[in-house]
Amino acid sequence: MRVMDSNLPIGAASPDAANSEKSHRWYPEGTHITIRGLTKRFQDATIYDGFDLDIPKGKIVSVFGPNGCGKSTLINMISGILPYDAGQILFEGKEARDTRIGYVFQNYREAVFPWMRAIDNIRYPLQYLEIAKGERQARLDRLVESFEVKFDLNRYPYQMSGGQQQLVSIMRALVVDPEVLFLDEPFSALDYEMVMFLRERLQKVLTERQTTTMLVSHDLDEAVLLADEVLLLTKRPTRVAENLPFDVPRPRTADTTLSPAFITTKTRALEIFQREVRKP
Amino acid sequence: MSAISERTAARLRPLVGMAVLIALWAFVHATRAIDPVLLPSPMEALAAFWNGIAHGTLWGDFYKTIVRTLSSFGLALVISVPLGIVLGSNEKIYQSIEFAIDFFRSTPASAMFPLFLVLFGVGEATKIAVAAFGAALAILFNVAYGVMSARKQRQLAAKVMGAPRWRVLTDVILLESMPQVFVGMRSGVSIALVIVIVAEMFIGSTDGLGQRIMNAQTIFDMPDMYASIFAAGLLGYVMNLVFLMAERRFVHWGGK
Repeated sequence: MRVMDSNLPIGAASPDAANSEKSHRWYPEGTHITIRGLTKRFQDATIYDGFDLDIPKGKIVSVFGPNGCGKSTLINMISGILPYDAGQILFEGKEARDTRIGYVFQNYREAVFPWMRAIDNIRYPLQYLEIAKGERQARLDRLVESFEVKFDLNRYPYQMSGGQQQLVSIMRALVVDPEVLFLDEPFSALDYEMVMFLRERLQKVLTERQTTTMLVSHDLDEAVLLADEVLLLTKRPTRVAENLPFDVPRPRTADTTLSPAFITTKTRALEIFQREVRKP
Repeated sequence: MSAISERTAARLRPLVGMAVLIALWAFVHATRAIDPVLLPSPMEALAAFWNGIAHGTLWGDFYKTIVRTLSSFGLALVISVPLGIVLGSNEKIYQSIEFAIDFFRSTPASAMFPLFLVLFGVGEATKIAVAAFGAALAILFNVAYGVMSARKQRQLAAKVMGAPRWRVLTDVILLESMPQVFVGMRSGVSIALVIVIVAEMFIGSTDGLGQRIMNAQTIFDMPDMYASIFAAGLLGYVMNLVFLMAERRFVHWGGK
């Protein structure tokens, strides 16, 4: 059940919800992912200690922060591919395993399945959805259409360029119409022309579908350009330094990076980043 | 040099070593540096090979050795592939028996002949069992290693897409480990051939290439001995080639 009373303080449990099914716990309205008391240690280093965060529904959130603060670690824990030591992560009250998740890795070479043709790679996750066969094909066709793919999807990944492989990887993540999409530095190994093309397509699809998205980027321009919110993290043990909104209309292109609004937000983000990096 | 003749030369180059060897053989035979009874001319050996295949019993022995090698290889494969997968996907089990596998892998399989003779008697079963034993350990080790060292990211990708654990195994880990499995199969089949030939020599055989080589030597039929040795070499080479070609076809993504 959903509780629509947004006056409740964030994180407070509604008495009604507490009595209803356990799998659907209370969450604030407009919030998709609630993270409470998240704790993660690697050997001796504590990366997260009692970390709290709310991720809004249907927005693109960029995660940016100092080296080693655990940006990828954070989205890996949220997406359920990395275990954590303590805390709770819920998607509208559900666990990650009950949520349709799309994940795009930085290293597309080791993320796509080289033994399958590109089209079969994209099709692969559909088999785990409980939908009819015809619907599967329809979803695949719709996706291929909305990305206006110009190259032959019957080729194997190793016969394609890096950008094409990453596009396949992105399409594979989107074909299930994920509730949440995670992108871990998806464009960092590609040439600029390809990056511009992929950013444009991805924004188009995500805006159409209103998919909640978390993007890890080590490029501040990219982090701001694509984001509805820029989540700035501190050094370890990691906290939220600031959450900057950026609501310039889409589609945003390379020209957006020249606009005053972009420059203001980026400058502010850079100040916060430098302040955090200089802290002992 | 023109492009075409350069290409022809490149294609012929691998045969140079073989040509030099045969020329040296013919030269030694012509000068009679070695007694011609012990070293017949290359042509005599080739004629013996051709006659043996076309009219004689060489083909029958050849065939027997192929059947034995492939049966023991097949047996080894059936046992060690599933076992290797279990070992490779369970680190604790692997750690507990890694030493035992390594030990037996390092033990020459020929040292096990007497033991297998006691277990299986003097017959077909013993030859196949010893050869399968040797091949199985090589395959087992490689399958387990391949499964274990399958890189993690594709497994995570499958998991995050909602694949249950067994599907991650069948859809990702097994395919990731295929190149290593082929390494194991190639070394397994060549071990099986070696052991089958030796077993045919020493464990009461009436047929097979090993027995033929031994017999030819006993009755001083040197052309036939060389012909049989050549047949055994050819068999090993062709089997390796078949596996390489199968690998290139099946693991088409390998090395890319």
